Amino acid sequence: MEQIQRRPFRAVSAPSRLLDGLQRWLPKLVVAPTFLLIGVGIYGYMLWTGVLSFTSSSFLPTYDFVGFDQYAKLMANDRWLTASRNLAIFGGMFIAICLLIGVLLAIFLDQRIRQEGAIRTIYLYPMALSMIVTGTVWKWILNPSLGIEKLMRDWGWTSFSFDWLVNSDLAIYTIVMAAVWQASGFVMALFLAGLRGVDSSIIRAARVDGASLPLIYWKIILPTLRPVFFSAVMVLAHIAIKSFDLVMAMTAGGPGYSTDLPAVFMYAHTFTRGQMGLGSASAMLMLGAILALIVPYLYSELREKRHD
Amino acid sequence: MTDHFNNAFRPGRLAIYGVLILACLVYLVPLFIMLVTSFKTPMDIRTGNLVALPTDWTVIGWTKAWSEACTGVQCNGISGYFWNSFKMTVPAVMISTLLGAFNGYVLAKWKFRGSDLLFGLLLFGCFVPFQVVLLPMAATLGKLGLANTTPGLVLVHVIYGVAFTTLFFRNYYVAIPDALIKAARLDGAGFFTIFFRILLPMSTPIFMVSLIWQFTQIWNDFLFGVVFASGDSQPITVALNNLVNTSTGVKEYNVDMAAAMIAALPTLVVYIVAGKYFIRGLTAGSVKG
Repeated sequence: MEQIQRRPFRAVSAPSRLLDGLQRWLPKLVVAPTFLLIGVGIYGYMLWTGVLSFTSSSFLPTYDFVGFDQYAKLMANDRWLTASRNLAIFGGMFIAICLLIGVLLAIFLDQRIRQEGAIRTIYLYPMALSMIVTGTVWKWILNPSLGIEKLMRDWGWTSFSFDWLVNSDLAIYTIVMAAVWQASGFVMALFLAGLRGVDSSIIRAARVDGASLPLIYWKIILPTLRPVFFSAVMVLAHIAIKSFDLVMAMTAGGPGYSTDLPAVFMYAHTFTRGQMGLGSASAMLMLGAILALIVPYLYSELREKRHD
Repeated sequence: MTDHFNNAFRPGRLAIYGVLILACLVYLVPLFIMLVTSFKTPMDIRTGNLVALPTDWTVIGWTKAWSEACTGVQCNGISGYFWNSFKMTVPAVMISTLLGAFNGYVLAKWKFRGSDLLFGLLLFGCFVPFQVVLLPMAATLGKLGLANTTPGLVLVHVIYGVAFTTLFFRNYYVAIPDALIKAARLDGAGFFTIFFRILLPMSTPIFMVSLIWQFTQIWNDFLFGVVFASGDSQPITVALNNLVNTSTGVKEYNVDMAAAMIAALPTLVVYIVAGKYFIRGLTAGSVKG
């Protein structure tokens, strides 16, 4: 704060006063365009969508307000309920499995492994791919007649069948598979970084006391990684709520709308079915879900910072 | 914390290596399948299996994907969309990184009343689900005459990328001692002199993080592409999706896989060449503040 109030001691002439004033305004001028863009593009638009969600807008935005009608309609909409239930299944499994795999791989990689760098690179590369590419590949692998099913039959298991992708009860789990494949390496990287920061003298002391390695990890190391858990859950939940590409590439929401997620629902209603009001209401509920996650997270992050 | 794990666990270590190698296979197999399928003939795909090598290697899948495959009604391959993605990604990455560098510099070293609040607002902007801005943005782009154009997409990516780039640079510059800046100011260095002469020369790592993060994010984007672009201005991700999910004609899986490879190559190359900056970007993007 004080760094800007501080001026060099020298005789101030008129032009240099002008320059000084400019210098003082320069930082604000530099950030102004960004904040204008963000102010309009994020906060203004958020508000605008919020307003639309209270109107009867269909193909074009209209501004006759209908109160919470769209939200009520949403709550009675079968497709929305399916999408929300799918998000619960998808999000829950995606986060849980990614954490499990990520933690295990990180712990295993932390045992003085040869070629650790190469292995890490392999685990993490799916994160560099677009969800559309991931979806395309997994759609092919899970192809009911040519993919894994055929592979297993060729290898002698002739009765093997694997048609989850086109089975409306199971298709959502194929999305989970692809998403876990894409993101679990990232969780591994987060935890590995966390493990590298653990003070090794504590562990050595525990070893001297005769504690076994799994016990040390379970009782001593993992509890200290709680902040990493929080960050990972945050990011994964965020990915889950926004998930759109993967579903579009793998199932396009089908069969029927059995793999719809809120993001797919929002897109379909707003841009292809001409139900802007309903679409906006669904977007606002997605925002609500993110807020419910973010606010406690940012609060705890900032509080921790202050304690440092 | 590595030195205390000596080789006291012989069978254990074998199991550990077993699990790690198995995991490697799981992560690599989809890429392998994508690659071998792209070199197969359609006949080969029907008769052979998923992980078998092609009986006759052929690049027909690749040439078809590049210049003949149908995305929707057009059948000019995906090459045009591939270049669209470049025309969109390069300026968007440059502009958002430059803005981020200056913003980060101001927010770290030239704080003013309200700058922390502004930073908080930006930080939150990283988390907003984009569904909440799509409709108004579509309306705005329409009004500006930028709907369905590459410059329109560049604008969108700059707006929604600058929160991340600012975060990167701000966190990087915060770690640089204020005393350095103060000394330079006493010597009479101004706002830009300090940035260009002192901070910029030590900024290479964070520029790499920002460039690579933005490149992968923007290249891989699908949502903005599908909402704000149509026809000739679509990016590669949208074209790939149209190609793969088209319901007309005979499915040519070799073409699909070749197209997926083409869409994936730029970011894969970046990852292989500059992986450590990519990882740093990922972790910086997840541990915010």
